[in-house]
Amino acid sequence: MRLAYLLKRVGFIAVILLVVSFVVFAVTQILPGNAAQMILGEFALPEQLEALERQFGLDDPWFVQYGRWLTGLLTGDWGTSMVMRQPVLPLVLDALSRSLVLAGLSLLAVTFIAIPMGVLAAARRGKATDTGISVVSYIGVSLPEFVTATLLLVFLTRPEVGLFPAGGYTPPGEDFGRFLSHLVLPVLTLIIILMAHISRQTRSEMVDALQHDYIRTATLKGLPRRAVLVRHALRNALLPTITVIALDVGYLIGGIIVVEEVFAYPGLGRLLVFAMQNRDLPLIQAGALVMAAVYAAANLAADLIYALLDRRIQYD
Amino acid sequence: MTERVGRLRGSWLGRLLANPLGLAGTALLLVAAVQVVLGPALAPYDPLEFHPRNRLEGPSLAFWLGTDQFGRDIFSRVMVGARSTILFGVVATVLGTAAGSLIGIVSGYVGGRLDDAIMRLMDSFMAIPNLLLAMLIITVLGPSTTNAVLAVAVAFTPSMARIARSVTLSVRTRDFVHAAVARGEGAGYVVFREILPNVIAPVVIESSIRIAFAIMIGATLSFLGLGAQPPASDWGLMVSEARSFMFRNPWLVIWPSLAIGTVAIGFNLFGDGLRDALNPRVGQ
Repeated sequence: MRLAYLLKRVGFIAVILLVVSFVVFAVTQILPGNAAQMILGEFALPEQLEALERQFGLDDPWFVQYGRWLTGLLTGDWGTSMVMRQPVLPLVLDALSRSLVLAGLSLLAVTFIAIPMGVLAAARRGKATDTGISVVSYIGVSLPEFVTATLLLVFLTRPEVGLFPAGGYTPPGEDFGRFLSHLVLPVLTLIIILMAHISRQTRSEMVDALQHDYIRTATLKGLPRRAVLVRHALRNALLPTITVIALDVGYLIGGIIVVEEVFAYPGLGRLLVFAMQNRDLPLIQAGALVMAAVYAAANLAADLIYALLDRRIQYD
Repeated sequence: MTERVGRLRGSWLGRLLANPLGLAGTALLLVAAVQVVLGPALAPYDPLEFHPRNRLEGPSLAFWLGTDQFGRDIFSRVMVGARSTILFGVVATVLGTAAGSLIGIVSGYVGGRLDDAIMRLMDSFMAIPNLLLAMLIITVLGPSTTNAVLAVAVAFTPSMARIARSVTLSVRTRDFVHAAVARGEGAGYVVFREILPNVIAPVVIESSIRIAFAIMIGATLSFLGLGAQPPASDWGLMVSEARSFMFRNPWLVIWPSLAIGTVAIGFNLFGDGLRDALNPRVGQ
């Protein structure tokens, strides 16, 4: 039963990705000014353009081009970046790995900050702590990523403060300390954005859980408040919260594009913005498709975690 | 029907304003509305006027919020930029909502294969994160404010279509729809006069929550160079341009950031307040 459900969901993702690949391809096909024009510049001779178009296969009908691109994707030939003159696949994988480090650290950090905050807010429901936490997280979620990121830059990287580097990246193998210091501000920005969602969810689930009879039983049994909160209430509140965290990956993808751009962090988001600014078609196609795949995988993960943790739910 | 709507309206506004957060949101929105309507009139200088002797100054009596790298008055730029920044979100949301509602209602009402096809298409658009989809569309259309509005509208369409469709499906089998069909009314009448009124409330709630998000995406697109273009004083663009000078004059970043933040918080508070006011059970 569960395996069949899993297969069905994975199949659905495959279909979605196929359609997404078509959408991405179609979008890049409508682009005025094709790749040959891009490379040769506006003063290129028509014969030169034609020759290069033939070389890239741009004069074939669209379905031939789409078929070729799709076959290439499946066989590991993702084409060549027009601007960087390098194979797309290693470029995208490299950038993706750096983005995953950033995203993973942010999710991990936000989980350990936002869940305790939510528990605290629920435990002090209606008191100043609760209000303070809601106000702070409300402001955090209301500011666009680029504003938060730029404000952090202004205040924390000023030459006279000089706490963190303003941007860039150092490979971990080269200098691990610098590698981490480059990650601090991007991760902090993403934490601020995601915090509100997760702490609010935890709070409302905790408030809900705390109204149940078993909590009263546990309290009357003489258990310390802490044990009641963590062992009884949180255990039940955690499930929907974990799902929200997995669903937040969608937010995270949008946020990561901006954050990487602001902090000059060479991840997939920055690569994609670069590709779009330079109209580098193969790179745009691959980057967008990989992001959609990550998004789809995260949504599937959210469902599966939910199914695994809650035995009461039966999917078919 | 009209009587019910009238009663609802009297109480939801009251409930919205009785909620301190809803009240705060409404107040912030009024401030934003004043900026949108009167912004250019309130600006003491031309937002594009250079004051070469007063470049990168801090707040002063002459330049309330300071000046930028060309000596342009930041206060004037923030005031004038309010209109494009805020209207961006409103227009994009309205367009996306209208398109999505229409698609959702038709899809749900017609049903069958068409419904399947439309909804699968919407699903695949939803499989692309909003910002990414908007960026892709702008890559095709070219960076400009109008294209950015269209891009965000398209990005918002699928989720609106889903909501409109689910309401349509639940309403379609109700007696008053059957009655209209039995009376011999045409599909257009049934869709617009019988189904649409039921779809409006949930769709409006959703879109009121989305306006803040649309403003944020719009500002983000301008920030990335994909929306409004220089020398416009769109707030996102102002932050982006200020980055090169942020250590010499931090105010350059702080003011437009503050402007975006307050408007986004205003719309968020208002949207949440409106949802709770229209749907009292959710608020508890």
